[in-house]
Amino acid sequence: MAGTGKAHLHNGDDTILRVEDLLVEFKTEEHGKKVHAVTGISFDVLKGETLGLVGESGCGKSTTGRAIMQIPRPTGGSVVFEGRELTALHGEELRKLRTDVQMIFQDPISSLNPRRKVIDIVAEPLHIWDIGTKEERIAKARATLAAVGIDPDQAGDRRPHQFSGGQCQRICIARALVLDPRLIICDEPVSALDVSVQAQVLNLLEDLKAQFGLTLVFIAHDLAVVKNVSDRVAVMYLGKMCEVAPSDDLYREPRHPYTTALLKAIPVPDPTVRPDGAVRLRGEIPSPVAPPSGCRFRTRCPSADAICAEQEPQLIQVGHEHFVACHHPVPVSGLVDAAQ
Amino acid sequence: MSADHLLVVEDLKTHFKTGAGVVRAVDGVSLTLDRGRALGIVGESGSGKSVLSRSIMGLLPGSNVLRSGSVKLDGHELMGLSRSDMRSYWGQTMAMVFQDPMTSLNPVMKIGKQVGEGLRRTLGMSKRDSIETAERLLADVGIPEPARRLNEYPHQLSGGMRQRVTIATALSCGPSLLFADEPTTALDVTVQAQILDLLAAQQHDRNMSMILVTHDLGVVAGRTDEIAVMYAGQIVERAPTASLFANMKMPYTEALMKSIPKLTDKAHTRLDSVGGRPPNLISPPAGCRFAPRCPYVSERCLTEQPPLVEAIESPGHYFRCWYPVGSPEHTDAVRRRESLAALAGGN
Repeated sequence: MAGTGKAHLHNGDDTILRVEDLLVEFKTEEHGKKVHAVTGISFDVLKGETLGLVGESGCGKSTTGRAIMQIPRPTGGSVVFEGRELTALHGEELRKLRTDVQMIFQDPISSLNPRRKVIDIVAEPLHIWDIGTKEERIAKARATLAAVGIDPDQAGDRRPHQFSGGQCQRICIARALVLDPRLIICDEPVSALDVSVQAQVLNLLEDLKAQFGLTLVFIAHDLAVVKNVSDRVAVMYLGKMCEVAPSDDLYREPRHPYTTALLKAIPVPDPTVRPDGAVRLRGEIPSPVAPPSGCRFRTRCPSADAICAEQEPQLIQVGHEHFVACHHPVPVSGLVDAAQ
Repeated sequence: MSADHLLVVEDLKTHFKTGAGVVRAVDGVSLTLDRGRALGIVGESGSGKSVLSRSIMGLLPGSNVLRSGSVKLDGHELMGLSRSDMRSYWGQTMAMVFQDPMTSLNPVMKIGKQVGEGLRRTLGMSKRDSIETAERLLADVGIPEPARRLNEYPHQLSGGMRQRVTIATALSCGPSLLFADEPTTALDVTVQAQILDLLAAQQHDRNMSMILVTHDLGVVAGRTDEIAVMYAGQIVERAPTASLFANMKMPYTEALMKSIPKLTDKAHTRLDSVGGRPPNLISPPAGCRFAPRCPYVSERCLTEQPPLVEAIESPGHYFRCWYPVGSPEHTDAVRRRESLAALAGGN
């Protein structure tokens, strides 16, 4: 899966974020060697849409989320948000941008300052930008807390350690919302939570998206979670894009061998579905320091042959809004059971 | 009591003395496990599932822990045994695979020595024999080039390979009961599937019993014969796996199941989440411990604690609820809820 190519990008005015040829590399201690975290991926996000980025550890999904925010700045490529090229912004301009694009992280407890009161944590972004009077700021923070389901009267004067993980994540969401951002990047926002709390937070994100007209980039490793919240899903592997498709289509008719394997590996809460060892992917993700040539998935791919080692596959259209980067896409028939 | 029972736990309590009071982490758990069978223990954080497995195995530190009840393994009472007496059970009779392979392996000991340690200490094998056996064990758990791996350190292996090493170590002395405590939670989904396949194969080949502790109903669904669902230190439902999924009795199990996003659902399907969170185990609710969050709660649930009872129509299926899912009272409660919701909607 190599996945370069831009056939899947939209041309209309309703694109809020457009990422092209994104390249993120990190130096290693060994001289001359680099970690190829993200290598030439392109995607876009439409206004009001939730784009899911899914993949296993080391696929570059979190790095992609951070590269959009320019933390750290990508090694190459372009990130255009509402018509502005973010990679060209510096200093104050870049700081201002971050009011429009906010982020929510995986571990809600470590992303809140334990010494501060909840109301101050949520009001701080307003304070930094000197928005409104003190009273107005507190009122806005209280309203935002109420919107995420935290009672500001009871909770405002308490500190983060007095809340559960789920409540802390609500507070993080309130802090991200208080500046009225247009795009929120959610990096594994529910993976640290228990399933019952996870469901509450997922429902909340869906409600807030409708209420505040948000656009979300939702990064997670759990395919079922990603499917639940996303309009379109992009599957990543070792710094490349494998497949992009509307949520329901991707799960009904996955065309990339990696997507198929990933779907088959998910344990289903239904004892009548017996785990199928025959379709397991062998081995583990190769090192991003020396990724395989051609298609990066070929070392674990059941359909790999000579061409996969030589040529990197490009994203090609295989259905409405459905793109896959593979020399041997999985045929449509026979996939149905993967989604069941 | 059948002769096939390998493990019989009766009214096991494990409480911790803390500054804030006594935490009733495991509060009266009874279960049995037959030879060669797999039991899944499912629960959310703080349900007591990990403390239960550690308590059965006798791995908890001595001070500040109050244990009572009975744990019989192969007919031998383990309660009250000293740590050195327990040692003779660890490895040969009971072994455990933990969640995080990086912290359960010694970072400065070579893989071969680590896997062979039990063989030398417990079985009294010579160093040479233990290394040879370790190599065979590594091959058994699917580690490529086992001879080379013997001389490597844990940091040189990937997460999945490390977990295979801890499994090899746990299996080394041929235990009759293997505890796997969230063995795949730290792993990626494709690797998780490989490790679960491996555990199932080993359990089958060795006719070993296994207790698989997890928060994920999906992990236990295809891999166990029986499931116990824990909530607030107690087993709230216990049944053969097929019966549990086909016929959930306990509203908590139902709520857990409903809150999982499913791949078969369309995108943006609203999740049926249960509000609130598990109770404080220092002073748990007087009645049913799930009552404060239960959508079908009645007055009796708040005052009287329901016992774990067997379902009349499906023997072997136990639940802890006054008005189990499917009972007439439960149906009434659902109807009441729906009419209330309709009223609220009408406004």
